[in-house]
Amino acid sequence: MMPVESALQNLVPEISIRNLNFYYGKALALKNINLEVYKGKVTAFIGPSGCGKSTLLRTINRMYDLYPGQHAEGELIVGGKNILEKGVDTIELRAKVGMVFQKPTPFPMSIYENIAFGVRMHERLSRNEMDDRIEWALTKAALWNEVKDKLNKPGTGLSGGQQQRLCIARGVAVKPQVLLLDEPTSALDPISTMRIEELIHELKREFTIAIVTHNMQQAARVSDFTAYMYLGELVEFGKTDEIFIKPQDKRTEDYITGRMG
Amino acid sequence: MNETLHVSSQFDDDLSSLRTHVLQMGGLVETQVSAAIEAYSNGEVTSVKSIVETDRKINELEKAIDDDCAHIIARRQPAASDLRLVFGISKIVTDLERAGDEAKKIAKGVRRIYEAGHMPVQYGVGVRHIADAALNMVRQALDAFARLDAPLATSVIRADDEVDVEFKAVIRQLITHMMEDPRTITTAIDIMSIARAVERIGDHAKNISEHVVYIVEGRDIRHAKSKESAN
Repeated sequence: MMPVESALQNLVPEISIRNLNFYYGKALALKNINLEVYKGKVTAFIGPSGCGKSTLLRTINRMYDLYPGQHAEGELIVGGKNILEKGVDTIELRAKVGMVFQKPTPFPMSIYENIAFGVRMHERLSRNEMDDRIEWALTKAALWNEVKDKLNKPGTGLSGGQQQRLCIARGVAVKPQVLLLDEPTSALDPISTMRIEELIHELKREFTIAIVTHNMQQAARVSDFTAYMYLGELVEFGKTDEIFIKPQDKRTEDYITGRMG
Repeated sequence: MNETLHVSSQFDDDLSSLRTHVLQMGGLVETQVSAAIEAYSNGEVTSVKSIVETDRKINELEKAIDDDCAHIIARRQPAASDLRLVFGISKIVTDLERAGDEAKKIAKGVRRIYEAGHMPVQYGVGVRHIADAALNMVRQALDAFARLDAPLATSVIRADDEVDVEFKAVIRQLITHMMEDPRTITTAIDIMSIARAVERIGDHAKNISEHVVYIVEGRDIRHAKSKESAN
């Protein structure tokens, strides 16, 4: 196996997290997190419920801004800029850093409009350009063939797996750098789950992906790097192969092998 | 090695029964090797039959343990130390089974020699010496597995170098005998194949020890120079 140092040489950080603390009111939910999310790679965040993995994901596109009393300290550098600073345009940030949630969240509008809606907020496209963009996004999300004849039907009429791919299409349509996936398959059946996992594999050619999952096998299958979090701390971060075969920290080992003291 | 219990006690039971079966198989192989060496020393041709029968049991156990490994992988998707244990065991049983085969070859060679006449006294000592060393390696490799003791496994790996050196000395000695007295050729060839089988048993014990190091430390030290593997 390649030594980690030489394998890391070709990696470019897309997101650099430095000394990140996160608070829900006065409660410290993330403790001094330091981590790189590498460009064009899939990074999985695993850990028991309440360990802070979803909180960390929500920090990357400042989702927490929508809730009073929540704040982050430290540095979270995306494209050379600390996005935690004041004056950051969060609308622009969320176009660069898209997010897909646990439950599919199609808007109550047509399949076409579900995707066009976000694109219009950032770009002015002609009708033809918009058509092309929608086909491109749906193709990227491996949904085009299934919906091309019913683009005007409501998005909510699709199956759960299709809805989730529609949400991914909506995310990629604005051409983000990063896609954040928060347990994207936990509400899906195994075949739909496999389709999303296959999609993740395709998408990482163009996007950097960070995924939170409760399913450890899923983390092992889809990711290049894995971060194990526990009680708001980053316990271990490394190449997925190493984390799942020879983790360095006993707490990671116990969690991965299904031992909890 | 991780001694914390799994959340699933059934998984703990599965893994512990897997380890017990490997040790049971190891015990049979050890007995078989030791009986083959005894037969060589004492001309106990009668024990050859029971050695061949034990080999059948060993083969069955190999299949059963591999099947258990496949079941655990399918049902539990083991990771980290559990994965290394299951994967390592599947390799260990292959080496154990082959060591058993070599013991059978020794037994059959012994039968050929004694049925043709008698064992020339001057040949016995060298082979007996490496046979004792190889048997000791098998015992220690199994101990290292039972206790998941990487330093002990490493010492077995080192011991194999000595067996290899002594094996070459035995072969040189046999060649000398054959040149001096061509009437000894038939027997010398049988003894050579016995010495070769003994040397292979040492190799399998070494392999088992390498698998133990992998299980415990996650390092694959196969095909490394023994200096490096001893680190």
